[in-house]
Amino acid sequence: MIELLIIAVKCLVVFTAALLGVPFMVWFERKVVAHMQMRLGPMYVGPHGVLQPFADAIKLMFKEDFLPPQANKVVYYLAPVLGMTTAVLAFSVIPFGPQTNLFGLLKEPIPLQVTDLNIGLLIIFSATAMGVYGIVLAGWSSNSKYPLLGALRSTAQMASYELSLGLSTVSILMLAGSLSLNEIVNAQAGLYWGFIPRWFVFQSPTGFAAFLLYFICGVAETNRAPFDLPEAETELVAGFHTEYSSMKFAMFFMAEYVNMIAVSAIATTLFLGGWHGWGAGGDTSYGWVIGLGWFVAKVISLLFVYVWLRATLPRLRYDQLMAFGWKFLFPASLVTILATALWISRQVS
Amino acid sequence: MIKTETMTINMGPQHPSTHGVLRLVLELDGERIVRTVPHIGYLHTGVEKTCEYKTYIQAMTMTDRLDYLSPMMNNLAFMLSTEKLVGVEVPPRAQAIRVLMNELQRIASHLVWLGTHALDIGAMSVMLYCFREREMILDLFEEVCGARLTVSYFRIGGLSADLPEGYLGRVKDFITYFKQRVDEYEGLLTRNKLWLRRTVGIGKINAEEAKNWGFSGPCLRASGVAWDIRKTNPYSGYEKYDFEVPVGVNGDVYDRYLVRIAEMRQSARIVEQALASMPSGAHIADAPKVTLPPRNTLHTSMEALIHHFLIICNGVQPPPGEAYVPIESSKGELGFYMVSDGSARPYRVRMRPPSFKNLQVLPKLAEGLMVADLIAVIGSIDIVLGEIDR
Repeated sequence: MIELLIIAVKCLVVFTAALLGVPFMVWFERKVVAHMQMRLGPMYVGPHGVLQPFADAIKLMFKEDFLPPQANKVVYYLAPVLGMTTAVLAFSVIPFGPQTNLFGLLKEPIPLQVTDLNIGLLIIFSATAMGVYGIVLAGWSSNSKYPLLGALRSTAQMASYELSLGLSTVSILMLAGSLSLNEIVNAQAGLYWGFIPRWFVFQSPTGFAAFLLYFICGVAETNRAPFDLPEAETELVAGFHTEYSSMKFAMFFMAEYVNMIAVSAIATTLFLGGWHGWGAGGDTSYGWVIGLGWFVAKVISLLFVYVWLRATLPRLRYDQLMAFGWKFLFPASLVTILATALWISRQVS
Repeated sequence: MIKTETMTINMGPQHPSTHGVLRLVLELDGERIVRTVPHIGYLHTGVEKTCEYKTYIQAMTMTDRLDYLSPMMNNLAFMLSTEKLVGVEVPPRAQAIRVLMNELQRIASHLVWLGTHALDIGAMSVMLYCFREREMILDLFEEVCGARLTVSYFRIGGLSADLPEGYLGRVKDFITYFKQRVDEYEGLLTRNKLWLRRTVGIGKINAEEAKNWGFSGPCLRASGVAWDIRKTNPYSGYEKYDFEVPVGVNGDVYDRYLVRIAEMRQSARIVEQALASMPSGAHIADAPKVTLPPRNTLHTSMEALIHHFLIICNGVQPPPGEAYVPIESSKGELGFYMVSDGSARPYRVRMRPPSFKNLQVLPKLAEGLMVADLIAVIGSIDIVLGEIDR
């Protein structure tokens, strides 16, 4: 009984954290971009504008809930839900920190993870792959031209980048020898020569290559600059969600940001040692807090790179994006897998 | 063979990157453009006709709104034609200040172009950097004439007022600061792989065709034709300044970008020369029948009072005739063809808007490109709908 309760509480906490990550990320992005562009960004709602995303959310709730007359009603309503749920799903298997008994509150220590599946990584990929449907169906069901173009773009883009995204993580699976995210994280514990962490980015040169590939694909997968073609506002007005308003739009918006956080969290878990870091874990009662802190810090650093890219780079063109995906990223990830295999066989022999 | 259909899609007049209210009806095959039909007229204001009911000075104030990114240049083109009709000589100081203002305006206009063009292609920060510098130029304008956009600073025979105290120093500070900023924009874009991929070889037009279509300004020069009215038909004393006319080679989006960037540097050079060689003297011609007398003479001189009264009541009445003086505006050849019937109001005013002539080639440039390229091409020809629709 108590176990069920613990799981329910964990679900609730992770879900809330993922949703609260969105307003934080929106604020963080606006602030960072603003300062890169010599502006101040939001300043009025709350101290340094921290409450601005909440104000925006309230505004969106009161907007007219518009239904285009020619839209396919069921699919039109379903699409944002699909986008949002699949985005949050990824958080169910990510380990956020080491085991803890919450300062002695619990008798048995619990892992800071909703559930540790032995196919954790596969669950994540199947969830994110489903996310494409949210976008495709949104574009199709709106029965309008700009959303259709946006949906077409994103189908092609996400289908082709999904492949390289999956392949880039294969080398990590080979190095860790498991699909369980918990074991992947634990395979990265410890230090080389006492100061270089044994993260997969440092464990082998192919790990680093795989990390770069994963991150590039991740940016494309989440439709962020410079791969933000499906919603390129200067070309397609608003892309696939042109016809969406009010909370349905907000759900797409949130899904995009949850996806960004998810991709960063997965990258942290797979390549950057998850919650491992100086002082994390161990026997001390506060070790799990430090571990959680490391995890959050790593995720935020990756999110910062996202924002940085957006502030700096122009957008690719649709065909160039496809060419880049198929002619560079795809072969490169295959080569990385091969190189990893060679690396491992050398280590073994 | 599968039967495929093209899709007709409407872009604009409310579209984020059609630079105002340009409307394009596109026929798309997937994302390839089969046909582009521009529709204009959403910003028709009837300025040319309204000019016929206004005195010359009143009409000049309306030209601010034509190419609203370079009002100083519109003012100058209008004034040059008017001055030719009237036959008045502009004093050297006024000419130098006009050149100064025009080159600052060229920089400001190119900054807006660069910012919006980069934003269209997705480089977002460049726009805010550009607007930061443009703001300074607008502040400089505000200092001389009290307005940032609707400047109306020029008058028949000179300027409405002389420069304020210490103004040249402030312009010098700005130019010194600005020259480093241009390097900054170039650092973000010129060698940027993504930028090159999006601009090189897109929307190409060769020199012969560019001339045949009536291209002018930076667009024409990007195709390799060194035609700059400041050099070929100098006005306002441009022959005294030492500057180069940057030309491109391929006539694509990237070359138009390079030419405009180089032009900003050249404009900065001209501004520096104008600052160094600023003549002293009157800011407006001493022609009692045309220019208003100084305010303080009205209380002491009977003649000044009479002239003031007549110019205000009747307006300046040029002799019958016609005039057309083209200038090199930030967009291309800009000129007002004016016919006078001897009254205080022009009989006919016809503007030659560079954006209009540059826009007409868009369907040809866009053929076979993708939607994203079309956005880049529209940005690169730098249109302002205010002067296209008039």
